[in-house]
Amino acid sequence: MEHTNAIELVGITKAFGTKVVANKNVSMELRQGEILALLGENGSGKTTLMNMIAGIYTPDQGKIYVRGQEVTIKSPIDAYSYHIGMIHQHFKLVDLFTAADNIILGEHFHAEPSDGQNKGAAFFKRAGKRLAFGWLKHNRVKQLQTIVDQYGFNIDLSRKIYDMSVSEKQTVEIIKALYRGAEILILDEPTAVLTPQEIDKLFAVLRRMRQDGKSIIIITHKLNEVMAISDRVCVLRKGEHIATVETAATTEKELTDMMVGQKIDLAIERKEPVNPKPRLIIKDMTALNKEGRLALDHVSFEINGGEILGIAGISGNGQRELLEGIAGLQPLVEGEAIFNNPKENKPVTFFHKDLKQIKRMAEEGFFHYPDGTRVSLKGFKNKEIVKLVNDEKILFYEDEVIDLKQKTPREIQELGIKLSFVPEDRLSMGLVGNMSIVDNMMLRGYRKGRSIFLNRRRPKQLADTIIKDLEVVTPSDMTPVRRLSGGNVQKILVGREISSSPKVLMAAYPVRGLDINSSYTIYNLLNAQKEKNVAVIFVGEDLDVLLALCDRILVLCGGKVSGVVDARKVTKEEIGLLMTTVPEEVQVYRYEQEQDKEEVPHD
Amino acid sequence: MSIFLAMIQEAIHYGMVFLFGSTGETLIEKSGHLNLGVPGIMCLGAVGGGLGAHWAHQAGAGAAGIMVVSLLMTILLAGAGGLLYGLFTITMRCNQNVTGLTLTTFGAGVLGFWGTQMSNKGITFTEPSRIAFTSPLFFSGEVPDNWFCQLFLSYGFLVYFAILIAIIAAVVLKHTRVGLSLRAVGENPAAADAAGINVIKYKYISCVVGAAIAGIGGTFFLMDASRGTPEYIIDAMGWLAVALVIFSLWRPAIGIAGSIVFGFLYRLPYNISALTVVTLADKELIKMIPYAVTALVLIVISFFNKRETQPPASLGVPYFREDR
Amino acid sequence: MTKHVHEPLVHLSRRLNVSQKYAWAIRIGAFVLSMLACALITMIIAPEVGFGAFFTHLFEGTFGKPRLTWTLFRDVAILLLLALAVTPCFKMKYWNIGGEGQALMGCIGAALIVKTLSGTMPLIVVALIALVVAIGFGAVWAVVPALFKAKWNTNETLLTLMFNYIAGCIGAFLVKKLNPRTTGSMSFLKTLGDFGKIGDNQFALIIIIVAVITVLMAVYLKYSKHGYEIAVVGESPRTARYVGIHNKVVVIRTLVLCGVLCGIAGFLIVVLKDQSFKAESATDTTMGGLGFTAVLVSWLAHFNPWAMVLTSFLVVFITTGCAHVSSFGGLRSATYPSVMAGIFFFFIIATEFFINFKITFRKRGEIPREPDDLPPEPKTKVEAATAANANA
Repeated sequence: MEHTNAIELVGITKAFGTKVVANKNVSMELRQGEILALLGENGSGKTTLMNMIAGIYTPDQGKIYVRGQEVTIKSPIDAYSYHIGMIHQHFKLVDLFTAADNIILGEHFHAEPSDGQNKGAAFFKRAGKRLAFGWLKHNRVKQLQTIVDQYGFNIDLSRKIYDMSVSEKQTVEIIKALYRGAEILILDEPTAVLTPQEIDKLFAVLRRMRQDGKSIIIITHKLNEVMAISDRVCVLRKGEHIATVETAATTEKELTDMMVGQKIDLAIERKEPVNPKPRLIIKDMTALNKEGRLALDHVSFEINGGEILGIAGISGNGQRELLEGIAGLQPLVEGEAIFNNPKENKPVTFFHKDLKQIKRMAEEGFFHYPDGTRVSLKGFKNKEIVKLVNDEKILFYEDEVIDLKQKTPREIQELGIKLSFVPEDRLSMGLVGNMSIVDNMMLRGYRKGRSIFLNRRRPKQLADTIIKDLEVVTPSDMTPVRRLSGGNVQKILVGREISSSPKVLMAAYPVRGLDINSSYTIYNLLNAQKEKNVAVIFVGEDLDVLLALCDRILVLCGGKVSGVVDARKVTKEEIGLLMTTVPEEVQVYRYEQEQDKEEVPHD
Repeated sequence: MSIFLAMIQEAIHYGMVFLFGSTGETLIEKSGHLNLGVPGIMCLGAVGGGLGAHWAHQAGAGAAGIMVVSLLMTILLAGAGGLLYGLFTITMRCNQNVTGLTLTTFGAGVLGFWGTQMSNKGITFTEPSRIAFTSPLFFSGEVPDNWFCQLFLSYGFLVYFAILIAIIAAVVLKHTRVGLSLRAVGENPAAADAAGINVIKYKYISCVVGAAIAGIGGTFFLMDASRGTPEYIIDAMGWLAVALVIFSLWRPAIGIAGSIVFGFLYRLPYNISALTVVTLADKELIKMIPYAVTALVLIVISFFNKRETQPPASLGVPYFREDR
Repeated sequence: MTKHVHEPLVHLSRRLNVSQKYAWAIRIGAFVLSMLACALITMIIAPEVGFGAFFTHLFEGTFGKPRLTWTLFRDVAILLLLALAVTPCFKMKYWNIGGEGQALMGCIGAALIVKTLSGTMPLIVVALIALVVAIGFGAVWAVVPALFKAKWNTNETLLTLMFNYIAGCIGAFLVKKLNPRTTGSMSFLKTLGDFGKIGDNQFALIIIIVAVITVLMAVYLKYSKHGYEIAVVGESPRTARYVGIHNKVVVIRTLVLCGVLCGIAGFLIVVLKDQSFKAESATDTTMGGLGFTAVLVSWLAHFNPWAMVLTSFLVVFITTGCAHVSSFGGLRSATYPSVMAGIFFFFIIATEFFINFKITFRKRGEIPREPDDLPPEPKTKVEAATAANANA
């Protein structure tokens, strides 16, 4: 019978622009009174699909049926009139108001839900009618509180939103949706921001709502949650519907297979790392995210020069904090990032060390002459030392070790640590959208030199080289980067970051939103860096790419390292499982050689 | 009558100019718009009020008639100023500071120009002012000479009206659904939009209503506080009204007390000579107090950084739903 | 359940690629319209001034005599300097509307020195000390709100606004303290005499100084490292952090610069332009709202120093010309010019809307373009190059 379906989608297609097809001919249904899990990797089109039900987007093709009736949903308000409520990842709440005021905010909601069959909604309906007139009652909080308590939510509605934790805010959003008469609830990755205890509470609430006859779609990546809460699972991959199965009749392994699909050979060239030596050693890195929640939990690993380390994980599992932590943009609660500056048998220069430092380091035995004898500068005149240095006669014995912990990006830059970083949001962090390509080239190096004026000659040369070598499509090198397409913007950014011949290159989702050709350009650039003995960190979402490009893959889950695997041997499914399993025990990593080395004085 | 009583009377009298202005500006700011055009709007209001009073007086209307026509004209002109501001900043998303400053330049110019035209024609407003505005609301002749009547019952209609409007504004903002929605618009327009509030409509209504209220302040100054003698300092008083919004922490109820304090300080330099000898220079220092205190309030609230005392969060930021 | 969804018939979307030709056509059109509107409104409120007479007086008052033209350009120079001073702040998205007060502090500093020191030492020394003190006063007045902004994120728009009036009160206090007998003004005509005249010309020095500063500021903003940092902080504070720019340091440094320029402006106004200082009350001072006008001038010019030359010229042209219309057209109103300036500003502000937004009228029933559609890319290199040429 048609009417058992709360929602039915038939042949939904949605494209953004001409290139990106978010959903391709998707059909699925949500039954009355069930919890349906929507499963898929990042970019598989889950959120877009749900946004079409919630009235944020309208589909290009296809039909939506609500309770058997074909509908067009043009706005979120429209969705509420069909009793559909969506809880987005970014909450739409007024921080300054109490929870109660947020719930009753707005005037256009239709407090006419249900056909009388639904107890829970009737509660909220009555409450809505009682409070829906202009005068705000003094005891509105109390009235609402009674209803909410009866329903089993454990929340104090008289508190202000800014005082609340993420989980409480989420509860407020759920109550808000119910108060507006939602019978069908869509939750977009509700567990991503919650602790295990909070997740349990949320699931209890969801089960209670199911008892009340509500139909619920929950978007998630975590398989254990899917198994725990859902009645059925719908799997999307690259915008297409793969299958919808009964949860009881499937296994985590089967779901992973459906989610990640068959391994595709991408034919990305991969050479064996040459002379890999630890370049960057991360120890117990722990950091909080914007909301003050633990985003990185004692993450430890090392990366060698001359290899590409892939970082896999569902987005929001600490990747951003990890990279920003290394780059000095994210304050660390704990942990260190040790940088091994490869200096062995390389001459010391005045570029990053002044005379005083060189003298001191010589006393501490850091240098040797080309013939291998130890350098002692006692009794030398300054002039003579300068000559020796300039003639490249003084060489390092071993690599220079620098701790990046709690250093600002500028300090890191001034120490001469060639750390390049291609951040995730290119136009709000790595580049300035309204500036020309040339001016964006200067961002990293404009400070160089004593002149108070900018030198645009070299950035211009660099811009022109990048435009030519990477085949950037642009009217000119003076075009604001905002006007370029995504792929060209990324080429500009990656090109600039590589141009400083880095020792460590970090790239977060560098091929996101790029077409195939641009993506391969980026892969080749990363490979070329690897051959130059650069340590490359590649944060990616496409497992096929990670498997084909990287030498080793580190998997993050819940801010912890759930595994470091050899990319040549591992299978997609193994990574998929690691990505969705939070490790119980954190392996505390120790770097043995640390004790042997004295920290090199700098500043 | 003691000198102190007279000073408090005057404080209340002049304070109401600020109160009208700040109540209007508070409503506008609560919708997320910093309207620096309020001084100009008050000037426009004064032009409307003066014209209306003059016409009604010419037509032989009585006290009530003059008041009604004068207020209608005030609301019309000041409301038009508010609508213009709204058109520029809400629909056209122009910079609020720039639009506001232009409106102030324009409004003050119009008032000055109109004033000269009126005096060229020999038109004065002292008569309608005496008949309709300054005459006490509760007594037909002299106000009885006891402190209670003098202090509380000796004013014209608009003084009580100012307090009434401020109380209404406070109640609406705090205790009604409309006020809740308006505050939501100023705090987080995206959330308000998602909750089904018509953000654009709210912004327009608050801009126009706020401007109309502020405009009455101009009329009040021209017709009541200065007894119908045009003095071209309404824009200067308008800036104090803007200051009062901050001083009162965006709460019209506090604004009532604040306006009387401002009125007292504003008149202090003129009244103080009756008490003690002060030089002209020292009077200027007294005049500085309202501004200095307001600056201090701004700094203190930013220091404590308490959410409830901050300016509306989206103040000055244009809202365009598609900029997500 | 029947559904009625109200779909607006007018749909706004941001223009992503605005051709400069189009933008300038709109701006010139708005200027012409604003002048016509001024003339028409003048005709309505003062029928004795005819349509043609309006323009005749307008030009007579500005270019009628060499002296008037010199005055015009001197006033342009002062306004331009004030606009230049606040420009770096706005580029940084620091909404400093305190140019009025900062320049007034400069005026006060200069006036204090001229008043107290003249006669005791050579005029040139007095003037130099006055300049230094004016710069110091202006800089302090600009940097204090910036410190609060950096420290506690105090709302700079409101705080600088208050600082304007506090400065006005300080000015009035000092004038009345130093000159107890007179009202709020001091004249230095006798003490300064011919100071600053180049040959017989009392205007040229100001114009030269401001011209030099304009060039320096244009170079500073475009070619210096500081200017570059200002742009990065203003455009994207996160990118600034990413490349290691200390946002707070940049804010404070820029405000010092702004204060210095305001101080210079104050010095020029008191010592060279007016040779007097007036501070009757907080709002009635030597500055006369020029600092606020400068905010508008800078904003209308999109913070481009060269465009500011044009916008400040237009503003002064209209106010000076209209002052002439007022006195010779029989309007006898001191504030008529500001009415006309207001009209002019409204027209020019409105152009921003037509330049930045695209208005599409939609027929009933048609589905609006998705807001999330990606911007169309230039299809071919030829097309892209054409677009770029149009922009140049």
